[in-house]
Amino acid sequence: MKILVFVNHVPDTETKVKVSADGKSLDNAGVNFMLSPYDEYAVEEGLRLKEKFSGEVVAVSLGGDAHKEALRKALAMGCDKGVLLKDSSVRDSFAVARGLADYAQGFSPDVILCGKQSIDFDDAQIGGLVAEMLGMPSVSVVVKLEIQDGMLTAEREIEGGHEVVRATLPAVVTAQKGLNQPRYPSLKGIMDAKRKAIEEIVPSPVEPKIEIVGMKKPAPKAPGRIIGTDASAVGELVRLLHEEAKVI
Amino acid sequence: MKILAFAEQRDSRLKKTSYEVVRTAKMIGDQLSAECAALLVGDGVSAIAAELGEYGVSRVIVVEDARLGRYSTTAYAKIVADIMRQENADILFLPASALGKDLSPRVSVKLEAGLATDCVALRVDQGDIVATRPVYAGKGLVDVRVKSPIKIFSLRPNVFPAGSPSPQRCVAEKKNIALADGDFGSTVTEIKSSKGKKDVAEADIIVSGGRGLRGPENFAMIEELASALNGAVGASRAVVDAGWRPHSEQVGQTGKTVAPSLYIAVGISGAVQHLAGMSSSKIIVAINKDKDAPIFSVADYGIVGDAFEIIPALTKELRTFKEQ
Ligand SMILES: Cc1cc2nc3c(=O)[nH]c(=O)nc-3n(C[C@H](O)[C@H](O)[C@H](O)COP(=O)(O)OP(=O)(O)OC[C@H]3O[C@@H](n4cnc5c(N)ncnc54)[C@H](O)[C@@H]3O)c2cc1C
Ligand SMILES: Nc1ncnc2c1ncn2[C@@H]1O[C@H](COP(=O)(O)O)[C@@H](O)[C@H]1O
Repeated sequence: MKILVFVNHVPDTETKVKVSADGKSLDNAGVNFMLSPYDEYAVEEGLRLKEKFSGEVVAVSLGGDAHKEALRKALAMGCDKGVLLKDSSVRDSFAVARGLADYAQGFSPDVILCGKQSIDFDDAQIGGLVAEMLGMPSVSVVVKLEIQDGMLTAEREIEGGHEVVRATLPAVVTAQKGLNQPRYPSLKGIMDAKRKAIEEIVPSPVEPKIEIVGMKKPAPKAPGRIIGTDASAVGELVRLLHEEAKVI
Repeated sequence: MKILAFAEQRDSRLKKTSYEVVRTAKMIGDQLSAECAALLVGDGVSAIAAELGEYGVSRVIVVEDARLGRYSTTAYAKIVADIMRQENADILFLPASALGKDLSPRVSVKLEAGLATDCVALRVDQGDIVATRPVYAGKGLVDVRVKSPIKIFSLRPNVFPAGSPSPQRCVAEKKNIALADGDFGSTVTEIKSSKGKKDVAEADIIVSGGRGLRGPENFAMIEELASALNGAVGASRAVVDAGWRPHSEQVGQTGKTVAPSLYIAVGISGAVQHLAGMSSSKIIVAINKDKDAPIFSVADYGIVGDAFEIIPALTKELRTFKEQ
């Protein structure tokens, strides 16, 4: 089975947002980066499919040299190969998807796995975009995946439950927490990852469809009130929720 | 100019977020002097079309097919794109729900349309829409413009006002989209609903518990408080990772982003990753025995004290309040 996993390199979850001088982007000074958390579930699922069906798992990331870090992590977990679609310009999701889809086209995967969303721009678009560009079905926010006889059965999270979806392969699946428990890279994995080559390809440029006109931080909340230190405060709390906040 | 508002339904019941989307489309439409219509897709859904009229549209396009009773990403995408083309529509609004988030990227490719997902505010500036959307789990906000001729915006549920319904004349217009078997590349075969349980993503009131509750058995107290408020139970990642609660309840950067009118955090410290998922809630109440817990920095009301004492008392107080 040929498996592609898309991985993104994003500011870690501790990041304090500071807007840079251009007023449109994150100031990267002092920011640590990580493999986007949902992509870890995608990598893990890819590795499990390989263990079951044999084949190869290739991790792909589109971005500047720094994205090699995300690829190294994927390699350390056990992916066979890393591919950097090298472009350090800022792309919108459509343009990222186009680069990834172009690569996927040549690779002819049976399954493409990616995260349900990157935790930088929280777009939650890539899976669906790439699938449509390639004319494949897609299932998003998946917490359970089974593959048999050229068909996949997946459970995806929806409001108030799960949908069981059947789709034909090849297909794109976007991973949600709960899909699996990602493995920690072994020491050997980490050492091997250093030796595995990362192929670099320059993707074709794509016109953006989205223009960022500004970035700001949300207005800080007005300081709240401590209304008590024990159960005797509940009467006052209920009164405030009803009369002042008007939420009950 | 023409705007279409995609209205989501399940089992022929419109979702609340559909009213929000329709109302917003109408409001933006008025500012742009654009024509506005709703699009309803499903099986036997024409009966509910008129309901959309009550939120401001005078025309509802209905696409019905026995195979559309359950969602199919590929078939729905084809229908929405085909109708957009037939209508010569310029703008599509849809909810950033599980379905909307799944559907919108595919329509975006079919129409070569830029897509702004999960918008929390929209404004019209020089005849163009500027959308505000959260980034970095709500720690930042970006304003974006869509530059392609056709533009798609998905709207975060619970954020845009639906307004109150008012009866008005509304025509439902059935349209036929020919669907081949090949259009159903994926199909929903079953829906497993968590019966009777409210989902944090849709709830108007959420009571979340964290590690301060000491064990899964103590969530009974959280469930009771939630039920007294007719709300949903949420959880911090610490308790989800410990296996006390299902991950579908996790609120935060790697869980769900929620914006209910009332969020009560019990025994949750308020780590940045948790705050990221809930700090845009309208009213936040924190109950924590540590007065320095960061959760208090976003709380409107706080009680510094022992949850084991406060929660049962609060539940009781609320029950008495509701009876009056
Ligand atoms: C990549 C990444 C992603 C993450 N994503 C998320 C996410 O999506 N959501 C999330 O929630 N976290 C997330 N986290 C984890 C986050 O950093 C915190 O570890 C977690 O939120 C802590 O959960 P907690 O508040 O329940 O536990 P703790 O931080 O242990 O807090 C427990 C609180 O309970 C209080 N307490 C104890 N006893 C009582 C009592 N009797 N009465 C009242 N209060 C009491 C304590 O004072 C304390 O403040 C993420 C972390 C990482 C690294
Ligand atoms: N630049 C990128 N390179 C590789 N994969 C990406 C990139 N951006 C996003 N992805 C993948 O697409 C998923 C969804 O991202 P997004 O649509 O940006 O929220 C991520 O979890 C990744 O798996």
